[in-house]
Parts: sequence; structure tokens; C-alpha cells
Amino acid sequence: MKVVLDQDKCIGSGQCVLSAPEVFDQRDDDGIAVLLAQPADAGTEEGTREAARICPALAITVAE
Amino acid sequence: MLNRILVVGASAAGLTAAEALRREGFTEELTIVGDEPHAPYDRPPLSKQILRGTWEDDRTVLRSDALLAGLGATWILGTAATALDLPAREVTLADGRVLGYDGLVIATGAAARRLPFGHHLAGVHVLRTLDDTLRLREELKTACSVAIVGAGFLGAEVAAVVRELGLTVTMIDPLPAPMIRQFGPEPGELLRRLHEGHGVDVRCGVGVTALQGDGRVEGVELADGSQVAADVVLVAVGASPATGWLAGSGLPIGDGVECDQYCVAAPGVVAAGDVASWHHPGIGRRRLEHRMNATEQATNAARNLLGQGVPFEPVPYFWTDQYDVKLQVYGRSGAEFDFRIVAGDPAEGRFAALYGDGEQVVGALAWNLPRQARLLREHVVRSTPWNSAAHQELNSH
Ligand SMILES: Cc1cc2nc3c(=O)[nH]c(=O)nc-3n(C[C@H](O)[C@H](O)[C@H](O)COP(=O)(O)OP(=O)(O)OC[C@H]3O[C@@H](n4cnc5c(N)ncnc54)[C@H](O)[C@@H]3O)c2cc1C
Ligand code: SF4
Repeated sequence: MKVVLDQDKCIGSGQCVLSAPEVFDQRDDDGIAVLLAQPADAGTEEGTREAARICPALAITVAE
Repeated sequence: MLNRILVVGASAAGLTAAEALRREGFTEELTIVGDEPHAPYDRPPLSKQILRGTWEDDRTVLRSDALLAGLGATWILGTAATALDLPAREVTLADGRVLGYDGLVIATGAAARRLPFGHHLAGVHVLRTLDDTLRLREELKTACSVAIVGAGFLGAEVAAVVRELGLTVTMIDPLPAPMIRQFGPEPGELLRRLHEGHGVDVRCGVGVTALQGDGRVEGVELADGSQVAADVVLVAVGASPATGWLAGSGLPIGDGVECDQYCVAAPGVVAAGDVASWHHPGIGRRRLEHRMNATEQATNAARNLLGQGVPFEPVPYFWTDQYDVKLQVYGRSGAEFDFRIVAGDPAEGRFAALYGDGEQVVGALAWNLPRQARLLREHVVRSTPWNSAAHQELNSH
């Protein structure tokens, strides 16, 4: 799985960090998401898929 | 056995429901009906990047053609549903077609509310759809002064964009401050100052009594007798759930389609998004007009249509962008709650605050502190006692 994050679309909702804290964090100043790492195991992959589904700005795409 | 599922409404909630049905294993016949001619697109950018012209119009589409095709659904776009026959399990379309279903998802959203007068005049707009946005954007190119009726989130966002485009803006609302219903008096006052600081003429505490003009709008008349000249007027006085097509169907309709805690409105019928009110197990009957809710509720409704029986109990979330300010709210907020700032300082343009109901934390607000919003969400989830949370030193990890 490969995750791509479009920071230009991100509105800093933090929903992805709630779903996959191993993969996403938010910048301190503006809350824009950052990629910490690509998902490394099945559980993290599921959390990442969930993040892509619920991101209210459609900023996350997942290629399987 | 569900052989045919029909989704009515082809936007955020309808599309999400269709995707969730497929993901949860529904492989049979899926039909999606929408009255707009466009493939599903996202609304929040309309009053922001699309109106300002900083995004290409097609950037607001929700899914690529390939992803839409991958759903294996039949799309009927540009065609409204006009009636529901609950006992026969049939939906009638504007072109006369009658579609039978075993499962129905109602996702018709909400429609812009209008004033009881003035909408026949050229230059008077509402903003709900992509077409509305393109029409307004086109007129702004030649306009000088814009009056915005309503200082809720749509009015306030558009005021910011129109000021950034360099036009004169007057924003009018009968309530004492912008977005006071959503945020309460203190943030409302800060928003008033934010808009005034950017040159908006904010007229709060006074309603609009008439739109003036002959053929084309020329101005707005206020309840205090004053007049505001305007060559474009945006009416942003809220939205009403799009339930007209369900009249007489026997479905429970109040403020939206009334569902139980599983988003179920009747056997085999679920509703989600702006059109749906449901019984939140923790906080009672609710209808949310928030982007995040459309996704979460449609996912839940789809699962429950397939019989999974999961109660819908989200922590609500919404945001709004005005100038360089991002406001975010988790949980409940508004004038009826206690309000206390727990981090940052409004004078520095960044702060976070909590809302409480006298006993516990019910909501969190962040003004240009998005990361803290997420951390404060924990207090909402855990219903932290108000007294201890209000004295909390907020440390950002
Ligand atoms: C300009 C704007 C800006 C916004 N900004 C924000 C924001 O910053 N943050 C936030 O949290 N939320 C925001 N929102 C709210 C968010 O966009 C909505 O909550 C979300 O669009 C709801 O999705 P929905 O699918 O339930 O309804 P809708 O998006 O309203 O979609 C319903 C669809 O059903 C169609 N329909 C209606 N009746 C029928 C019928 N009888 N037959 C067939 N089709 C029908 C409609 O035409 C529409 O296409 C904004 C909304 C607008 C309009
Ligand atoms: S969920 Fe989406 S919008 Fe929210 S922080 Fe993550 S990437 Fe950004």
C-alpha cells in the first residue's frame, strides 16, 4: 500500500491522526497533516484506509 | 434479501453510502439518482477556493471517473425523485420512471432557504450548488458592492472572499454578532472584529425588510429604516432539508427525515447527511449540516441498511475558513453553553476554548489552533467534568 497526501487540499481536521496515528501527524502551526511513515502492517493499513475514507477534504489517496 | 438498493441524492452522503454498501459486501443492483447534472462534487470549496477562483472548477469533484465506474452502479443524473410509495417500495422520478427497491438510502441534502421577497430581481443569489457558485463568481467580476443577507457560516465565508476580491461588502444579520448561534457571543464578537478589520460593514442586530430595484437589484432596506446600496445580493439565510419529494409518503418528517439511532426511518429505508435527523444515543435528536457528518452518517446508514445494527454516535466536527482564520469545532457549541478559553490568546489571533453544559465538557473550539482542537476533542469524548477541564493547562504534545 502507498499513501499520498495532498497538503494543499488538507484543511487540518485531524481525523486522519485519530484513525492512523502511526502514519499521520499534524503540523503545529497550521494543523496541516504530515506523513510520518508509510503503513507497515495490516492494522495500520486498515487505519489508513479509514483515514482516506473519512478525510473531509479528500486529501488522502491510497494505492493498494 | 436485498436485491436492489436505490440511493436518492448523488452528493457527499449518497456517494459515500454507495461506496460503503459495496465495501460491506453488497454486490447486487445499485442505482444512484441525483437531480444535479454533475457527477458528485464537494461543497465546502464552493464558498472558498471556487468562488475566489484559486482552484480549477473540476478540483471539487469527489471521485475520478474510474473510481465512479468501479462502483458498478447505475447513475441517473439530472433527474429528481418526485415521490416515494413506502408500502410498494417504489420511487417515482421526474421523467415518469418508477424504480422499485428493496433498500432505500435518502441523501437529498438541503436546499438554500430564500427570503419571502426579492428573488425575482437579477443580481440576487443563493449559494448551494456549483452552478450557483459559478453564477455568483461571474457577476462579482463586474460588481462593485455586495450585500450579504445572513452572517452564518456561509455569509461570513463569502464576505471574506468578496473582500479579498476587493469589493465593498455589507453583511447584515438580525442576531447580535456573526455566527453567534454556532459559536456563542465571545467568538461571535471576535468574528465581528475580524470582518470589520478587513473592511466589511457589519450590520448586526437588524433584519432586512426588502430588496430594492426594478428588474435588477439596487439595494437592501433594513428594519431600522436604513438602506444599503448593492449591485449583487447574496441571500445566505440557512438551508432546509430537501424533503419535499417525501410529502405524503408516510415517512416521519420533522426537521428532516426523522430516523432512529441506527439512521433508519422505516423498514428498508435509511437517511444520511444534511437531510437526516436522528436520535444520537448520547445527546438526543440532531440534524447536522456538516461535511464530516455526511461521510460518517452515510457509512453508518449503509451498514445498518445491510442489517449490521450499529448505533450512530459521532463526535460532531465542522470547520470554517475566513481570511486567514480557520475555526474548528468538535462536539456541541453555541450561546447556550458555558465558554472558557483554555489556550492561546484571542489578541494574538490563536486560541482554543471549551464549551460546557454546567457539569461537563460538551465541545471544543479552536481559532487557528487546529492541532489543539484534536487534543481538546478528548475532553469531549470523555465528558471531562467542567470544573477540572476549565482549569486545565493545555499542553500541546
Ligand atoms: C457553500 C457551502 C460551503 C460549505 N462549507 C462547509 C465547511 O466549511 N465545513 C463543513 O463542515 N461543512 C460545510 N458545508 C456543508 C456540507 O457541504 C454539507 O454538510 C454536505 O454537502 C452534505 O452532504 P449531503 O450529501 O447530505 O447533501 P448535499 O450536499 O446537499 O447533496 C444532496 C444532493 O441531493 C440532490 N437532491 C435533492 N433533492 C433531490 C431529489 N428529490 N431527487 C434527486 N436528487 C435530489 C441535491 O441536488 C444534491 O445534489 C458547506 C456547504 C455549502 C453549501
Ligand atoms: S483528515 Fe484530511 S483534512 Fe483532516 S488533517 Fe488529515 S489529511 Fe488533513
